Formats: sequence, C-alpha cells, structure tokens
Amino acid sequence: MKELVIISGKGGTGKTSITASFAFLAKDKVLADCDVDAADLHILVHPRILHEEEFRGGVKAVIDSDKCVQCGSCRELCRFGAISAEFEVTPLSCEGCGVCFHVCPEQAVSIEEGLNGRWFISETRFGPMVHAALFPGEENSGKLVALVRNQAKVLARQQDKPLILVDGAPGVGCPVISSVTGADHVVIVTEPTLSGLHDMDRAMQLVKGFRISISVIVNKWDINAELSRQIEELAANRGARVLGRIPYDAQVIKALVQRRCVVENGPSPAATGIREIWQRLVDDLSLELRQ
Amino acid sequence: MIISVASGKGGTGKTTIATSLAALLGSRAQLLDCDVEEPNCHILMKPTLQTFESIGVPVPIVDRDACTLCGKCGEVCRFSAIVVIGDQILTFPEMCHGCGGCMVLCPEKAIGEGSRELGVRETGFAGPVEFVHGRLRIGEAMSPPLIRAVKEKINPEKIAILDAPPGASCPVINTVTGSDFIILVTEPTPFGLHDLQIAVEAISPLTIPLGVILNRSDVGDTEVEKFCAAKGIPLLAKIPHNRRIAEGYAQGNLLVTSAPEYIRLLLQVFKQVRELTTIGEMDLKEQPS
Repeated sequence: MKELVIISGKGGTGKTSITASFAFLAKDKVLADCDVDAADLHILVHPRILHEEEFRGGVKAVIDSDKCVQCGSCRELCRFGAISAEFEVTPLSCEGCGVCFHVCPEQAVSIEEGLNGRWFISETRFGPMVHAALFPGEENSGKLVALVRNQAKVLARQQDKPLILVDGAPGVGCPVISSVTGADHVVIVTEPTLSGLHDMDRAMQLVKGFRISISVIVNKWDINAELSRQIEELAANRGARVLGRIPYDAQVIKALVQRRCVVENGPSPAATGIREIWQRLVDDLSLELRQ
Repeated sequence: MIISVASGKGGTGKTTIATSLAALLGSRAQLLDCDVEEPNCHILMKPTLQTFESIGVPVPIVDRDACTLCGKCGEVCRFSAIVVIGDQILTFPEMCHGCGGCMVLCPEKAIGEGSRELGVRETGFAGPVEFVHGRLRIGEAMSPPLIRAVKEKINPEKIAILDAPPGASCPVINTVTGSDFIILVTEPTPFGLHDLQIAVEAISPLTIPLGVILNRSDVGDTEVEKFCAAKGIPLLAKIPHNRRIAEGYAQGNLLVTSAPEYIRLLLQVFKQVRELTTIGEMDLKEQPS
C-alpha cells in the first residue's frame, strides 16, 4: 500500500483541484482530506457520510467563580495570557497545560475536555474517503490529521486498496508535518510566482527532513514561463522529480463551479496536463514498487 | 488601528491586498506578516531588514543533581515533554509547549529554563513602511508563539496591517485577535465560499467588525455575494481577474504598481473601514511615495 500526499507550501496553487482529478484517474484507492482547517475536497467529490465521530483533541481550563478568591496565582503563572482580569479563562488562548489547575490554592480550576471537531468515513463516486472538519478557530489540527490518516490506512487495509491519496494543508506547520510524516511520497503543487517558488522551497526542505521522495508539479505554468523554468531547476537541484506542467485554463474554475473535477469534463489543456502527470506518477510509483 | 487581512482559503490574494494597502498608506503604515509558515510580504515589499531575533519557546533543563526523580514533572506535563523512567529523567523539547508547569511545580526547584528556537523575527523598512515578519523554523510545528512575537512589535502610532495565514484555526485566531477590523479576501468559487464561511464562523466570537474583498470577482459564480448579503457582511471591493495583476504578482510587483487603476478602489476600502469601525479618525489621503 502506498500513501501519496499532495501539499503545496503556498495556498491556492490548485492542490485540491489536482487531488480530485487524481482521485478520478486513480483506479483503486482511499481518499483522505487532511486539510482539516479548511477542507475543500468534499466540495468536488460529494461524499455520502457512512460513519461520523467526534474529535476531542484537547482540554481547556475552567474557573469556578464561586470557589475562586481572585488570589492571582493562575494569572501570574499562565504563559498564554488566557486568564482575564475577571478571572475567566479565554478558551481561544488556553493551551490546556493545566498549570492553573495545579497552582490554584482553592481548587477552583477544573480541566475539561473540549469537542474540537468531527471526522467522517464516507462513500464517494471515486471510492471511500476519510475526512474531517476541525471546528472553526480550534487547535490540535495535527492530531486530527494523524487520526484521518490512520483511519484511511485501516480502511485501505480492510478493503485491500493499493493507494491512499491524501490532500494536505498549506504551509509548513503543525498540520503539514502531521500530513507528511511517514508518507511514501509527497507531491508539491506550486505556481510560477516568486511566492510559489519561495513557499515550495520551504515545503521541500520540510519533506526532505523526513527523507521522503518528492515530485513537483508547476500549475498555471504559462503565467510566467521563466519562473516555471526556475522552479523546475530548483526542484531538480534539490533532488525532486519534476512531473510536469499544467497550463492556466479557465476550464478548471468552470469545473469547480459545477463542483466537478476538470478531468471529468472532457478534453481541455489543464485536463491533458493532469492526465500526463498522473501517468508519470503511476509509472514512478510502480517503478518504486518493483525495486 | 489594527487591520487584519485574512482569507480562509489560501491563494485568494491576502498578501496582494495587505501589501498594497500598506504601500498606499506609506509612512503611516506598519506591515506585519503573521503568515510565519510561508511569509510572502517581503517578496512584494522588498524591505531592508535591520533587526534579526531568534524567538524561542521555554523548555525544561533539569539540574540532575537537585532532581530526586519524584516524577511530579511527568505527572503534570500534558504534552509528554518530560518524564521520569526508572532512575532517569528524560526531556523531549520538541514536544514542549513552554507552559512552565514543570518548572513551577518541581518540589526541588530542579528545573530551569532553556529554549527551543521557533523561528526568527525580523524588522526593517520597505521605503516608508515599517515592516515586521516572522519565519518559522522548518520542522517546527508550533506557530502561534512566533505569531504573538511578531504582534508584540505592533506600533500603536501606526495603522498596523496584519497579513494572516490561511485557514480558520488557531494561527488565524492568534493573528486577528485584538484587531479593530478584519478584511477577508476570497474568490467567487465553491472553495472560496466554503472557506469564507468557516473563517467568518471562526472569527465571529471575537466580535470584530469585518468586510469582504472579492478577488478575481468575475471568474466564478455569485454565491459569495449572496452569502455576504444574507449575513450582512459588507462587500468592500470587487477586483476582477486581470492577467496583468497575476503576472505582476508572479514577479513580485505590488498590485498598485502593476495595476494603478485600482488605487482609488483600495482607498475606498480604507474609507469603508473607517466608517465600519468606531476607532478614531484615520487620515487616508494618498501618501506620495
């Protein structure tokens, strides 16, 4: 079983549209949406939820105002500024460390488990999918990502699927680290802008730190052909495989508005580019399988 | 005056808007790039950086002579960053959230404070615009403390423009908390709408006034506009798709440079922000640069 993770560094480079197209082209796979902060894959693949569970990833402190004598110990020691002048906990600032709970002389603080999100196992027209929704503003996205990936693995094993396609998050922080750790291969989708180049480079350094092989796709390459060339050169210099280019194509947004993926909508320049790239990726991955 | 520029969905034009607003305000602006995972403002603003500081999170350093291996630290640490196993005390600094609990609660006062580098904070000037950004160390998972360190540099004398990370989770909340106004930049697609909805849901508990800028406003459908109308969210500006803006951005040029015809529109945005906030007057005449 191979786990293929698609990330981008920079947001909005086309990661989810390309993942959905791969989902259409891949024969037998489990889909996993690990962009739990702002999950969008479901918009294109229309999951029918079969199983739903709560995600409880963290705890928060709660101060009982009847017991609190406002001595100030907790406020003084809280490093996250989470206790207000009125001795109330600001949930969005509370890290759940429990220091206030331990130092309160009146035992006025309790630690309560919060509900941070939900996760789902669904059926889609492209096969089974594991996805999640972190509640807006919540933390612990890394834990939820790890949970989604684990569930996708369980499902792939049960149903004997050879591939897990993972849509990752933008950036290089907590959810991205959690998305790529231990994956078999990472695809970075970038765009020919200086920001795209800069952000791809950071994402690439992160993935290289985990010793995972990397491929790069340049989306909307014709926005700037020279930068596309520079991106491919940098990727190659860093030991990544350059998979190919996809042209800017209004058909991508047209498909998105129809809530479909572009390769479903008949021939278009972007669809052709994505198909060629997918074939190369399949060859690369099976080549690795043979070794 | 603090104005955050956030988006929900990535790549909708947050940085394009934030940098151009700052450039228009000139010496009255301070631009703070809070997208510490993938900071991009410097690419467009090309600041001269003057200060470089390493920002760390406090992690435990154990004085092994003073430690009696009582195990209290391991009991209180909720992040599995310190533990006593047999006759050994182990620390895992990469797991530590820097709460200081082990240091405070150790009965022998045997735990002192070290530091794990989260990243760097850099400050300088881009022409007349005061500039601050943070760069998260590659491999570091925890961005909020670095975001807070960037925000410590907010200059109350200036109009601070904060470029937020994408998404709707804790890094975004850490950025926009304390703002006087939030501009949400989105695009008229199902992705743009969905991520706008969760961004609005995430920030609404903060009760900060907000408005939407619709970027590439002519490429998709009308659902975002319907959502804004239904929610009573002011639509501050619509910027149509423009190959010149995209190509300019690719090469690191500001929107106000590659498409100066939008300067008036962005000044209108300021005017609306002023009307929508109860904070004092801003002098929003264009600054010669």
